[in-house]
Amino acid sequence: MTDLEVKEVTDPQKADVPMLEIRDVTKTFGSVISLFEISTTVRAGQVTCVLGDNGAGKSTFIKILSGVHQPDSGQLLVDGVPTKFGTPRAALDAGIATVYQDLAMVPLMAIWRNFFLGSEPRKGWGPFKRFDAASAKKITRKEMADMGIDIRDPDQPVGTLSGGERQSVAIARAVHFGARLLILDEPTSALGVKQAGVVLKYIVQARDRGLGVIFITHNPHHAYPVGDRFLLLKRGRSLGDFAKSDISLPELTRLMAGGAELEALAHELERDPGELGEVGRELAQDTETLG
Amino acid sequence: MTAATATADERVAHVGLLRRILLKPEFGALIGAIVIFVFFASQSDVFRSAAGAANWLDVSSVLGLMAVPVALLMIGGHFDLSAGVQTGTAGLATGIMTTYWGLQLYAAWAVSLALMLTIGFINGFLVTRTGLPSFIITLGMFLGLQGLNLGVTKQVTNTVQVENLDLVPGYHALFNILGSTVTIGGAKFQIAIIWWIGFTIVASWILVKTRFGNWIFATGGEPNASKNVGVRTNRTTITLFMMVSFMAWFVGNTQIVRSGTIQAQVGIGQELYYIVAAVIGGCLLTGGYGSAIGASLGALIFGMTEVGIVNLNWNSDWFKLFVGVMLLLAVLANQFVRRFAEQARR
Repeated sequence: MTDLEVKEVTDPQKADVPMLEIRDVTKTFGSVISLFEISTTVRAGQVTCVLGDNGAGKSTFIKILSGVHQPDSGQLLVDGVPTKFGTPRAALDAGIATVYQDLAMVPLMAIWRNFFLGSEPRKGWGPFKRFDAASAKKITRKEMADMGIDIRDPDQPVGTLSGGERQSVAIARAVHFGARLLILDEPTSALGVKQAGVVLKYIVQARDRGLGVIFITHNPHHAYPVGDRFLLLKRGRSLGDFAKSDISLPELTRLMAGGAELEALAHELERDPGELGEVGRELAQDTETLG
Repeated sequence: MTAATATADERVAHVGLLRRILLKPEFGALIGAIVIFVFFASQSDVFRSAAGAANWLDVSSVLGLMAVPVALLMIGGHFDLSAGVQTGTAGLATGIMTTYWGLQLYAAWAVSLALMLTIGFINGFLVTRTGLPSFIITLGMFLGLQGLNLGVTKQVTNTVQVENLDLVPGYHALFNILGSTVTIGGAKFQIAIIWWIGFTIVASWILVKTRFGNWIFATGGEPNASKNVGVRTNRTTITLFMMVSFMAWFVGNTQIVRSGTIQAQVGIGQELYYIVAAVIGGCLLTGGYGSAIGASLGALIFGMTEVGIVNLNWNSDWFKLFVGVMLLLAVLANQFVRRFAEQARR
């Protein structure tokens, strides 16, 4: 954070322009409104968290940013310039890389083969052109080291890595191929507590290297410690776009959990004379502490 | 390699040469080949003589030439049940076009190649376009070509074979390329053995050292993920089917050139042996893993056993039993290796 403030002082003009600004983006599929007038910003060296439950529109949001879908209305501004991503390639060329949940990796293949899959460096001439394994291994090792991971052996299959390590390979790969803004699709959802912590560390690492990060998650406890900005989605609408200073973790959790609805449910249950009433009273207490 | 090893930390050095060798897909086949060689060589004078070696290497080479591209295709995630019958189609095409239709030999040879590549393309195109299992698509191709081979041959020749290729002008030059022998230690070794070794080396190089090889592993291992990072999976699959057909052309023509005659049923049933050789060589049935050298070693195991059993005057029925047992052992070993490779290390 302090680093960033120093940057802002030295380059006031640039710091004012976010890397990516999403302005009133709406997307409908047939009669279904997937996203309605969503806005937020992502700055270099900051993490913008997008929180929402299943069906909140997170996937549509990612697909618009990564060029898979085009918004029906609203604007995307890259470095302040209105931009349209017609294809995933266009988003990539603008430096926006998406790390999907499946990570686009082949478990049985070596780390270095996965790292360069689809963009293999080659050397040699004509029909003797070959995959430059030596430099591929070297670069893989170096990029991973830059993320603070010492891979023991670039030859080991990706399948032998832990979930967190795999995520880090995918992030390192995106960075190596020119990403300045990373979209991470639920990187912690399938992981245990410890591994999720490892991934959060990599997110901080990427942020500290000056990358913009969009961190998609449904877990406020993962989002709050690393996030600078929080966009809450619910059924395609924005529940708010907050700077970290404007919102506390309990408040974020309450909004996420649909606090008001829980309270209503609690009151309804409390009226029941039997066991359900007991559950209702507990729930009411819980929602109070959350709120 | 060297640069990476130079900077490797000391923990890597020990993770074990042994583990690394054990994890090579062709390791099991190598051990199997050594054991079988030692067994038959110790039991039979004929087997260990130069003439014996020429014999079992010949049997191995005909199988191995096809097993290599079939292995690549399996690593790419597909089967080709028409691989065996395609060898027949290729040989019959050359034979009929020259002896009955009067086409010049090399022209017929080239047309046969074009025909085979077309068949391979159709296999690959249908598999990628329909998304149906290659098992079904190539089963259709297998049955279709089987009928075509017999039907056309009977129609044209009124028999079930094509003869007299050796009377066609230019035959001897082609014979030198495909059917001649090299004398080593008083025994005549078929030139197909050299072709077999050569193609194995080329296929291994493609698989391990080139971008296309990387794409073969990726296409077989995780097609969707591969597509997402820019691997042209459809093109890879079609190319692999065409490589199988190319080799069927080579092997089918070798067969007709050697004796001047080819039967209409040739190659039928062989496709399963190609697959078995590839599996013994470490290919996973599910794709994404395997080796070209392994497939050749699998073919060598076959050749040695087939000939060795005859050399020992055993009943050749035992050969099938042996093949069955080898296949089961190989699949179990592969399963173990796969789990080992896929499991997290902590």
